[in-house]
Amino acid sequence: MSSAIPFSAQLINLFAAVILLLAFAMLAQRRVVALINLFAMQGLTLCLSTLVVAVSTGQSHLYYSAGLTLLLKVLLLPWILHRLVRKLNVKSEVEALINIPTTMLVGLVLVMIAFNVALPISELSHTITRGTLGIALAVVMLAFLMMITRQKAITQVVGFLSMENGLFLAATSATYGMPMVVELGIALDVLVGVIILGVFFFQIRDQFDSLDIHHMERLKDN
Amino acid sequence: MISISGLLGQAFAILLALVLAPLLSGWVGQCRAWLQNRTAPPLLLPYYQLQKLFHKDVVLAHGASSLFRAAPFVVFGCMVLACAIIPSLSTDLPLAPAADAIALVGVFGLARVFISLAAMDVGTSFGSLGGRREMLIGFLAEPALLMVIFTLAMIAQSTSVATIVETLAHRELVIYPSLAFAGVAFTFVSFAENARVPVDNPATHLELTMIHEAMILEYSGRYLALLEWAASLKLYAYSCLGLALFFPWGIAPGDDLLALVAAIPLLVLKLAIGGALLAGIETINAKVRIFRAPEFLGTAFMLAVLGLLVRLLLESKV
Amino acid sequence: MTSLLPIDTLLIAACAWLAIGLLGLVAPRNTRFISKTLFPLGAMIGALVGSVALGSLGGPAQTAVLAIGLPDLPFHLRLDNLSAVFAMLLGFVSVGISVFAAGYFRKGEGTAPGLLCLEYHVFLASMLMVLLADDAYAFMVAWETMALSSFFLVTTDHRHEEIRRAGFLYLLIAHVGAIAILLCFGVMTGGAGDYSFAGMRAQQLSPFWASAAYLLALAGFGAKAGLVPLHVWLPEAHPAAPSPVSAMMSGVMLKTAIYGLLRVSFDLLHTTLWWWGVVALVVGLVTALFGVLYSTVQNDMKRLLAYSSIENIGLIAVGIGLTLIFHAYRMEALAALAMTAVLYHCLAHSAFKSLLFLCTGSVLHATRERSLGKLGGLIHRMPWVAWLALAGVIASAGLPPLSGFVSEWLLLQSFLFSPGLPHPWLNMVVPVAAALVVFVAALAGFAMVKFYGIIFLGQMREPGLKDAHDAGPWEKFGLVWLTLITLLLGILPSTVILRIDAATRQLLGTGLADKLHEHGWWMLAPISPERASYEPVIFLVTIAATLLLGRWLVRRLYHGRVRRTSAWDCGYYFQGPRAQDTAEGFSQPIRRIFEPMFRMERHFPTARDAAPYYSVKVEDHFWYWLYLPVARAAGWVSTLVVTLQGGRIAVYLMYSFITLLVLLLVARP
Repeated sequence: MSSAIPFSAQLINLFAAVILLLAFAMLAQRRVVALINLFAMQGLTLCLSTLVVAVSTGQSHLYYSAGLTLLLKVLLLPWILHRLVRKLNVKSEVEALINIPTTMLVGLVLVMIAFNVALPISELSHTITRGTLGIALAVVMLAFLMMITRQKAITQVVGFLSMENGLFLAATSATYGMPMVVELGIALDVLVGVIILGVFFFQIRDQFDSLDIHHMERLKDN
Repeated sequence: MISISGLLGQAFAILLALVLAPLLSGWVGQCRAWLQNRTAPPLLLPYYQLQKLFHKDVVLAHGASSLFRAAPFVVFGCMVLACAIIPSLSTDLPLAPAADAIALVGVFGLARVFISLAAMDVGTSFGSLGGRREMLIGFLAEPALLMVIFTLAMIAQSTSVATIVETLAHRELVIYPSLAFAGVAFTFVSFAENARVPVDNPATHLELTMIHEAMILEYSGRYLALLEWAASLKLYAYSCLGLALFFPWGIAPGDDLLALVAAIPLLVLKLAIGGALLAGIETINAKVRIFRAPEFLGTAFMLAVLGLLVRLLLESKV
Repeated sequence: MTSLLPIDTLLIAACAWLAIGLLGLVAPRNTRFISKTLFPLGAMIGALVGSVALGSLGGPAQTAVLAIGLPDLPFHLRLDNLSAVFAMLLGFVSVGISVFAAGYFRKGEGTAPGLLCLEYHVFLASMLMVLLADDAYAFMVAWETMALSSFFLVTTDHRHEEIRRAGFLYLLIAHVGAIAILLCFGVMTGGAGDYSFAGMRAQQLSPFWASAAYLLALAGFGAKAGLVPLHVWLPEAHPAAPSPVSAMMSGVMLKTAIYGLLRVSFDLLHTTLWWWGVVALVVGLVTALFGVLYSTVQNDMKRLLAYSSIENIGLIAVGIGLTLIFHAYRMEALAALAMTAVLYHCLAHSAFKSLLFLCTGSVLHATRERSLGKLGGLIHRMPWVAWLALAGVIASAGLPPLSGFVSEWLLLQSFLFSPGLPHPWLNMVVPVAAALVVFVAALAGFAMVKFYGIIFLGQMREPGLKDAHDAGPWEKFGLVWLTLITLLLGILPSTVILRIDAATRQLLGTGLADKLHEHGWWMLAPISPERASYEPVIFLVTIAATLLLGRWLVRRLYHGRVRRTSAWDCGYYFQGPRAQDTAEGFSQPIRRIFEPMFRMERHFPTARDAAPYYSVKVEDHFWYWLYLPVARAAGWVSTLVVTLQGGRIAVYLMYSFITLLVLLLVARP
């Protein structure tokens, strides 16, 4: 029964599963440096899966987006983040607002919700890899969860980037990629976003001597 | 239904397990020593130790009851049964229908309960500490292991270990993403179950960190020998289970003698690689605090459940 | 009358139990006569009930009408396969408990022995009548008799304040449940006024009313069985009651509630909606998790077992939920598998839990101590009890090759082969439920190791334990009997399932027997041997053979020399009994990992305390979340009502007058 799925689709499914696995690993990770490495691995897996989609469907613009993913998410952004960590002397331990097992339990529930929500949508799609839509949605939700439950600004950025990975996966799996213009635009947005955030980090640190986002609660008006 | 060759194969598998298990422990110890820049002990060290311990008198504590004396044999028996039903060389095992994968987890559970009870029997501080911690690890590891097995059982539509392995070994090239989750979870569990580094350290006698060693502290002579042997059998059983489930190539399908003979060197090779990897992982990781162990195993449990969900989402349809 | 029908025999047995009870009143203070003559007689009748029920399994249903009760409202009775399974359970388990009780009840403990004998046998007879009842009236009469007689048994030691409180709580919740059951029967008559079960079966209820009936049944029988949140009476009543009574309540009475739930949801109601199953599944999971977590942190051995009973009832409810789901989707083969798991777990649990409760009774007799913190090392003084308890512990922990594992295995199998439910959410929830079931089973192992290890192993925690004595011959017989049942259920699952399959077939229209017949008696393969199989006999023989062979070889090749000396313990100097884990210490990891699940009050010593002590008190969240608010609301309403009570006759007369006026105004045609 499973042999009806072509090999490329199986590969894509496998990569999607690995991306989800990495998203969970990021949720469970306690060290910032390891977190960034996990993010880079997620980007690499995404790049590979895009490549497979590109080869199997022959859509040339997907090669470009795979290359872009490689450049941006595997090499450039992790490098920037590593540099930031070193420059800012961020403490290596990630501080979570909720303890890690509870976070993971919530994550599991989110995955179930995502899978169920995605089920009717993927029925509409006719691509061979529509099953990965649920995974993509789950990755987005897990990244969101990570942004909510972590205290350090830098982990929130990683969460944000991982969310973008999930969106990208959804795009390639459900519709074989977005138009090139959109993709380039998003890539640029993300890059600029991270750079601006990097600048902000320095500002926040100078202001509060810490990167803890709790301090920003004091910034409100009253 | 049960053939003579099958019975012989079964007996051979058990004997091979009894012989290879201490060797595997010795090999892991050797690799560990090399990786840690120490002079390695001889490969056959576990055999020498068993021989020595069997020769020695048993020194029993005053408070030891008959349960304490029976437990090593029960544990040993459980491990032999586990090794008998896990296909290491061939999937034609007459004993395999006696216990499917769920019962296999039950066998490990039975051994765990007995060794924990024995640890509490003498009534020393370390004994009860070890028993408590072992049960703590157990109630977290057991469900995770079962979830891994459930994922595989869903793929093979069977809980019989032999059938699962046969299905996985003779499939066309189909990639099951859920196996990735199951594999990671299984690795986590087997580290915890075999008293390996992130959770326990087999080489320690430092009070605060030990689990397995704390339980067998009061044992000596032949009882200790049996428990050590049982521990290495457990490592062997887990290794064979992992190899059979995730790298099933080369396991003989039935009573094909040629394939059976060919399976032996392959098994030894796979075990050697697995043992070296185990030593490597043990070397680059630090032992975690005892209360991080639930987190470690909880992660394994979640991953296994996630694998099950992925299996349902990605693979059940079409 | 040429032949005696099984149902007549069972009726005679019930009457005989009543007669034995009444005989107890002839010489209420003659302990010897009562315990050594009447209780064994009761046990023989139990054996009769068990064998007759076993013999009637697979036969056609028999009915009888008993012209007692109100005029025009006779008792309808019926013995079908479902009742027979539970009657068999009642009969065989009661043999062990009655014989044990013969050795257990002694002079001068609370209620007079004669009265106790009456209550006990009325309790037995009423449980049998509950199983046989075929109309709502007879059912409720038997049900209430059961509740009342067990209430008096719980309060045997009524001189203690807390035992009276426990009894009161039990009675209260039993009646809340009884009201729900009564309403459930009322809904099921569908307004036709025919209260016989046959009449209810004939009713075609709309889904709304059917659901109402089902939910009422779940609440009513759940209160008796101990489903969360109506479980609070269980951990109070079981420690209060004498051990044979706890054994009877936990082993058999809880099962009558399960029987009622099965009767209503599979026999009397025709429609089955899938979400009923989900409700039962979720309630069962919560109950099981709750029960097992609390049982691991208890320090009183009988409370620990009581919580463990809650856990097991939860697992049974999970099984019922799964059966309902499959039944609703017409997947009858899987439903049969889950139903078999439910019935099997009922049998298994009643045997091993009674066994464990009786063991605590022996320990209690020998040491007068219920607190785990003051026991220890009893395996040296009570080897019989200790080794027999080990069988109960292994079965209770759900480990092969004993009985608890078989039902767990069947339940997991039905979970595992459940893909393809036509509902995406269910498809995802079911595996997660399976994960939780496994987790519960593994935690049960922790609780049981704690129970056994702290009571029977280690050093004696109190000097007084040196004088503990082993169980007497009567007690031993009772324990051995229940151990044998546990062993039998563990190693001969196919044989047992072939017998109880008639009940599954009656409720679902299909069973496992056809599949099981294809293989030998030693093999349990509900679907096919390639897919799943379990052979406990071979399992046991392999381990035993390895064990004996290993021992023989070691002795033969080496030697069997043993020396005794003091314990090593890493050379640690202080090795007194206080160095071992206490009951609190043993469960510390659980308290720490699952901290939010408990309501804890702890006192930690500081470094400067002259007399340092540590204490921890674990309480039930539900008590504070649900029961105290209700109690407070009731108290508040009562104080409001009290103001009406002026004390003057004129005022009271005015109330009556106003009531009359209002009624006249309202009830105008």
